[in-house]
Amino acid sequence: MSILGTRVMRTEDPRLLTVGGTYVDDLRVPELAQAARATFVRTPVAHALIKGIDASAALAAPGVVAVLTAADMDDLPPPPPPPADGEVEAPPEGAPLPLMGPWAEPLLAVDRVRFAGEPVALVITDDSYQGEDAAELVSVDYEPLPAVIGFDTALSGESLLFPGTTSNVALTSGAPADPAMFDGCEAVVEHTIVNQRVAPVPMEGRAVAVAWENGKLTVWVSTQNAQITRFILAGALGLDPAAIRVVAPDVGGGFGAKIGADRDALIVAWAAKHIGRALRWVETRSENMLAMTHGRAQRQTVKIGGTRDGHILAYRLDIVQDTGAYPRMSGFLPFLTGLMATGPYAIPSVQAANRVVVTNTTPISAYRGAGRPEATAAIERAVDLFAAEIGKDPAEVRRINLVPPDQFPYHSPCGAVYDTGEYVAALDKVLEGAGYAELRAEQHRRRASGDVKQLGIGLASYVEITAADANAGETARVVVHDDGTATVYTGSSAHGQGHHTAFAMLVKSELGIPLESITVVHGDTDLIPAGVGTYASRSLQLGGTAVQKAAIDVKDKAREVAADMLEASAADLELDIDRGVWQVRGDPETSRTWAEVAEHAGSDGLAADVNFTDGQPTFPFGSHLAVVEVDTQTGKVRLLRHVTVDDAGTILNPLLVEGQRHGGIAQGAAQALLEEMVYDADGNPVTGTLVDYAIVTAAELPSFELLTSETPATINPLGAKGIGEAGTIGATPAVQNAVVDALSHLGIRHLDMPATPERVWSAIMQARESQ
Amino acid sequence: MKVTVTVNGSPVGAEVPDRTLLVHFIRDQAGLTATNVGCDTSSCGACTVLLDGRSVKSCTLLAAQADGRAVTTVEGLAEDGQLHRVQQAFHTEHGLQCGFCTPGMVMAAVSLLEENPAPTEEEVRTGLEGNICRCTGYHNIVKAVLAAASERQAQ
Ligand code: FES
Ligand code: FES
Repeated sequence: MSILGTRVMRTEDPRLLTVGGTYVDDLRVPELAQAARATFVRTPVAHALIKGIDASAALAAPGVVAVLTAADMDDLPPPPPPPADGEVEAPPEGAPLPLMGPWAEPLLAVDRVRFAGEPVALVITDDSYQGEDAAELVSVDYEPLPAVIGFDTALSGESLLFPGTTSNVALTSGAPADPAMFDGCEAVVEHTIVNQRVAPVPMEGRAVAVAWENGKLTVWVSTQNAQITRFILAGALGLDPAAIRVVAPDVGGGFGAKIGADRDALIVAWAAKHIGRALRWVETRSENMLAMTHGRAQRQTVKIGGTRDGHILAYRLDIVQDTGAYPRMSGFLPFLTGLMATGPYAIPSVQAANRVVVTNTTPISAYRGAGRPEATAAIERAVDLFAAEIGKDPAEVRRINLVPPDQFPYHSPCGAVYDTGEYVAALDKVLEGAGYAELRAEQHRRRASGDVKQLGIGLASYVEITAADANAGETARVVVHDDGTATVYTGSSAHGQGHHTAFAMLVKSELGIPLESITVVHGDTDLIPAGVGTYASRSLQLGGTAVQKAAIDVKDKAREVAADMLEASAADLELDIDRGVWQVRGDPETSRTWAEVAEHAGSDGLAADVNFTDGQPTFPFGSHLAVVEVDTQTGKVRLLRHVTVDDAGTILNPLLVEGQRHGGIAQGAAQALLEEMVYDADGNPVTGTLVDYAIVTAAELPSFELLTSETPATINPLGAKGIGEAGTIGATPAVQNAVVDALSHLGIRHLDMPATPERVWSAIMQARESQ
Repeated sequence: MKVTVTVNGSPVGAEVPDRTLLVHFIRDQAGLTATNVGCDTSSCGACTVLLDGRSVKSCTLLAAQADGRAVTTVEGLAEDGQLHRVQQAFHTEHGLQCGFCTPGMVMAAVSLLEENPAPTEEEVRTGLEGNICRCTGYHNIVKAVLAAASERQAQ
């Protein structure tokens, strides 16, 4: 029986469970033996001019090696000259690149700061306690400017973030609203909703260690992409990529916020080279909450219309994307939101438009789902608003409008091509699995009896895009050694997903080499110079396929070698996968082990390199159903059940897939109920530590009910789509819809996230007053 | 000041600054890096170890407060290469992903089961409230703790 599709326990676990992973702060390599500690001085003021920096007291403090500011950065390549006409050209839509020109982000702040937490200076000390002390002694003279906080303040343009610009709107895209698109609709609803700013909070924050030796820079960094990091470092420091080695050791979670390397990592790398001493920087959680990128932060106006019998005819989505202080991804996130605006529904007329605004807050970047949870949240709220308007069951409205199975590949009006899907089946499965009719009956009973605890049932059907940059492909190298073991080098970069187990399973399935004899290596640019890494739920479908293809290439080579050894024709040879030996077909007497074949092949004789490009993204889909209980006296919401179908094509290892779904569901439910990064009007973070930020714990969640569905992708041989982000995409609106549903009998149609007790209680009070 | 702590059965003595936190003593003086630091507000539990058999957040104690006492970290849990049943259950139930919260989470679970050998799901969830995991959604962690509990009951 093939190992593919089976519950294989992770090969990563024993080490992590006994001696722990080796994260950047755990590295005890000789190159870092004398490493100094780097500590950032960050502005507590959100928007200000820097009038002066006095480091003298810090320099006199014990253990201080150096205090570095932007003025010291004279050994860096000059920034690209500003465009002559003052007009900066935006990267092509869909390219997640920073906006340059007047919007460019410096390394250390130069003459002004634009968000609380922005790095102003770097203190180098012998140990980290000294660093914390000395950083407090660096005195920076700030002249405050009016802070730009919130969508309306940004749009008003009364205070501008960037000199040389005329507005805080960095980019706009999409056609102006066309009211005629709603002609013929019997019912039209419009609503403005906020998809609030949240913090990714990987349990390991950002961390970098750098050694500069003999003209070579070695950078250990907590990243999802070693190769991209090398590219960014080479550009920023003006070095030949060949002079840089980037290593991603164990990485304690990323969730999109560790794609590549950000300015803080570049500053530390530069500093190590500048002062000629190995350096290590491991951020504190409070730093992480302010200076690692945040996610979401969209204000969306949805307008939806259709017939009274439930057919949706038109949908318009207007997005204001708060991108924080610097447009690090240009228009990428709202672009993805617009691309997926129509969701899993066949809506004839759809429009999406967006404006990207800068504010004096932490920059926004990818966070688990990156633009797609925002799209799903908008359309799923809109569908519920529409269902309420026409007085129909939200499940029924969904069923009527989901793209039917005979329409695939489905060309959405937003320009996406959904590859394969069984959307109605996914919805029906979740309704049946949850016992929808009984839940509605229970809801009815509680309403009739005036129960203090009201029940809410929320649905979300979704389709999302994974491996959006499928064209960029992924690399793999598979080598079988003359001791019979194999090594896999992958461009994908694991940080908890279980790539090592998954990729070893693929090799075992092709070559019959036991799992314990297969080593998977990732995240070292000396060993794997080319690769993309992990984001956009791309690893299995691209990286996994590359591994499988490389294994097949190795098998083809081995067949020739074994034929030579056995003096037989290659066509007569077979690989006995169960025993992992080559033999003449049907003749076990002739068997040759992998070790023998590899030895015969000579050095690197059994190695293959593959760069696999899928050419097209895949579109996982599913349906989530959340059941919440709302205490109408206190406003407290409790998630009672969460039932999901998440179809990401053919499943390689159910254990890993379930883990991905669980984690995503928790983060999605957390956004719906608890988490929000809040700033006051002056740009002071109100939720800047884990004490204030309502991060989700085990106590607020139930166990999840996962149902299985596998509709294979047809564009890669594994049939795989991505599963990493499905949870946040489906769960966030399902839970939010459940909260609104629990209160719908009071006339409540919408509640923004997070559904905190205060917000829910206030909404109930207001609804009662107006009744 | 001079601090001596018995870590996983072996005495570790070192001259450290007064303000040295126990977690840093474990990581830097005892050289055991499985115990992680995940926050600066005593919120995350990544640093959880056993102090004289009871779980503590080792970032909330000074090394000096552990002077003369015994600390167990996740490195000291397996015996003769045999995973502790909580470690084994985390493996079997896929209770870890990136592994960063795991040493602290496992130690918190060990302590929880010491105090309550047969917890309900609800009790596991509230018992682990001080330990944050961002990867697993807690589902499999809770499952693992319950599995470890029922295995102990069976013994
Ligand atoms: S590091 Fe101790 S509780 Fe977070
Ligand atoms: S496994 Fe990553 S934080 Fe728990």
